[in-house]
Amino acid sequence: MNSDRLFGVVVILGALAYAAGALQIQTSFMSDPVGSKTFPLVLAGVAVICGLIMIFRPEADPDWPGLATLGSLAISVIVMVGYAYAIKPLGFMLPTALCAAILSFQISPRAVPSALTGVGLSVGLFIVFKFALGLGLQPFPKGWF
Amino acid sequence: MDLLANLALGFSVALSPFTLFLAVVGCFLGTIIGALPGLGPSNGVAILIPLAFSLGLDATSSLVLMTSVYYGAMYGGRISSILLNIPGDEPALMTTLDGYPMAKAGRAGDALVLSGFASFFGALFATIGLMLLAPILSRIAYQFGPAEYFALYLLAFSTLGGIASSNQAKAALASCIGLGIAMIGLDNQTGMPRLTGGNLHLLDGIDFLVAIVGLFAVAEVFIFIESHGRGSSIGVKLDKVTLPVRELVRGIGTMIRCSVIGFIAGVLPGAGASLGSFLAYVAEKKWRGGESSGFGKGNPQGVIAPEAGNNSAAGGALVPMLTLGVPGSGTTAVLLALLMTLNITPGPTLFTDRPEVVWGLIASLLIANFVLLAMNVPLVKIFVKILTVPAWVLLPGVMMISFVGIFSLTGSYFDLLLMIVFGIIGWLFRKLNIPTVPIILGILLGKHMEDALRRAMILSDGDWTYLFSSGIAIGLWAFAVLGFVAPLFLRHLIKKPQAVSD
Repeated sequence: MNSDRLFGVVVILGALAYAAGALQIQTSFMSDPVGSKTFPLVLAGVAVICGLIMIFRPEADPDWPGLATLGSLAISVIVMVGYAYAIKPLGFMLPTALCAAILSFQISPRAVPSALTGVGLSVGLFIVFKFALGLGLQPFPKGWF
Repeated sequence: MDLLANLALGFSVALSPFTLFLAVVGCFLGTIIGALPGLGPSNGVAILIPLAFSLGLDATSSLVLMTSVYYGAMYGGRISSILLNIPGDEPALMTTLDGYPMAKAGRAGDALVLSGFASFFGALFATIGLMLLAPILSRIAYQFGPAEYFALYLLAFSTLGGIASSNQAKAALASCIGLGIAMIGLDNQTGMPRLTGGNLHLLDGIDFLVAIVGLFAVAEVFIFIESHGRGSSIGVKLDKVTLPVRELVRGIGTMIRCSVIGFIAGVLPGAGASLGSFLAYVAEKKWRGGESSGFGKGNPQGVIAPEAGNNSAAGGALVPMLTLGVPGSGTTAVLLALLMTLNITPGPTLFTDRPEVVWGLIASLLIANFVLLAMNVPLVKIFVKILTVPAWVLLPGVMMISFVGIFSLTGSYFDLLLMIVFGIIGWLFRKLNIPTVPIILGILLGKHMEDALRRAMILSDGDWTYLFSSGIAIGLWAFAVLGFVAPLFLRHLIKKPQAVSD
């Protein structure tokens, strides 16, 4: 109940922000009867109606995970964001091994299999990407070898 | 005989050694992807598109490769449904209803062989249907102006929200989110930036591939992290595979009926394969005598029905996708994304301008179907081995492939971050029971839908009644409203069967 209501409020606020953004769109000298604002505004309107329906006719709450699981989800997100920034400067091998190992550990918390998974995926995928698919990946940071 | 000449052209493309090789590779990869628990046709095809694109294949080759993967994943999905009771995607859910009880009763081999033949029959039926129906529909589609196209897009969203989901408001919201995201970037008509918040990365808009990989693949990883991979490797053993001739013969009627139902469901824009397998299962259950038929307790016909319907719908979904540019399911939405990436505009002109693409694709599908039958009946044991890959190896692998795919496509960390954000949204929406396919459809079709509306208004000089000015447009509007509203009343009459629990 409450999850849907809360999300409905978020949707309405988001839709209003979107509509406000749409009103700021600059128009140019070339214009057509509909213009660049109408369609986004209609979308925001429909979204507000959907949000209201979610508030007034909510469905049953889903099973939200416990704090520990939310923690491991948060860790996974942080690791992925770090990976997104690391893959260019640090090359493919090291970040991939680390990131895959941590993700594997979040799914099944056993240190040795996770570490092996990380290293195995890093080496295996690199070979596939580089030699079978011919992608231009940098294995290690520039200047190491 | 146009058809024969076209088919000859198609086979001349498809039978070149390289294309044939791609079809076989695609079928093999597809079956693996389908068989892997938690990976289905949509997310499987989604993570492969960026890689296929960076291989630098030409349009026909990439299309053949990816549609083979698509067909293969539809076949392979039944393996994890039957042996593990884990459907790879929504349409496969119906196969678990009788497939898993059969497997528990020691008849896993029979279930796999029967469903393999049912898949073959359904897919073959649909490919032939595609061959006959698509050229006709593409001729009708020539009469579509902007007003008709606008109504058609609306129909796709409303059937997707109405028939294929359980909550209209949530499905409509998802469509709005997708369409809203599509608005971001430069305005096609005026050339001014819209809703970018001044962010330079957003001037080009949000790449639909980033959204697709995020919503389908990354979200799946989060789901598995949440469940800690539970229930992913307990399965039923497969002993020996024999050919249950008698049941196969008894199932021919089932296959024909369910292929027809599935094909029709697939052709409806927005309805897709889930509806196909669901309707096929329910109808066959009625045909065989309702509750007394033993459906849901391991009746072999209950495995044949949804698999024939499912695969037939998958092929049927290609009809509106190729002729009108409106996908009929989540996976065809992903295939539409592939076409757009390859700079092919689906629609009636595709059949006249690029016949080698369309007919090459159709011929490849025919060939792929036979390859898949060979792979999935005698060689099914090889793919069953794949089920033993544990989630803690599989999911990090999926994640890394998604990252590398998007990275090699765009080379920007901003898109990677965006993909993670879409992954979080996908996970949250799955929890809240909000469908994610309309978001993809919205992002893919948003610009076209708006353009159609604006062009219609330019033609009519701002007269809104122009939207309802032709018979086709009025018909499409009527179906759109009906498709969205009717399920509200029908929901009490037709109830979805619940998954089998141990």
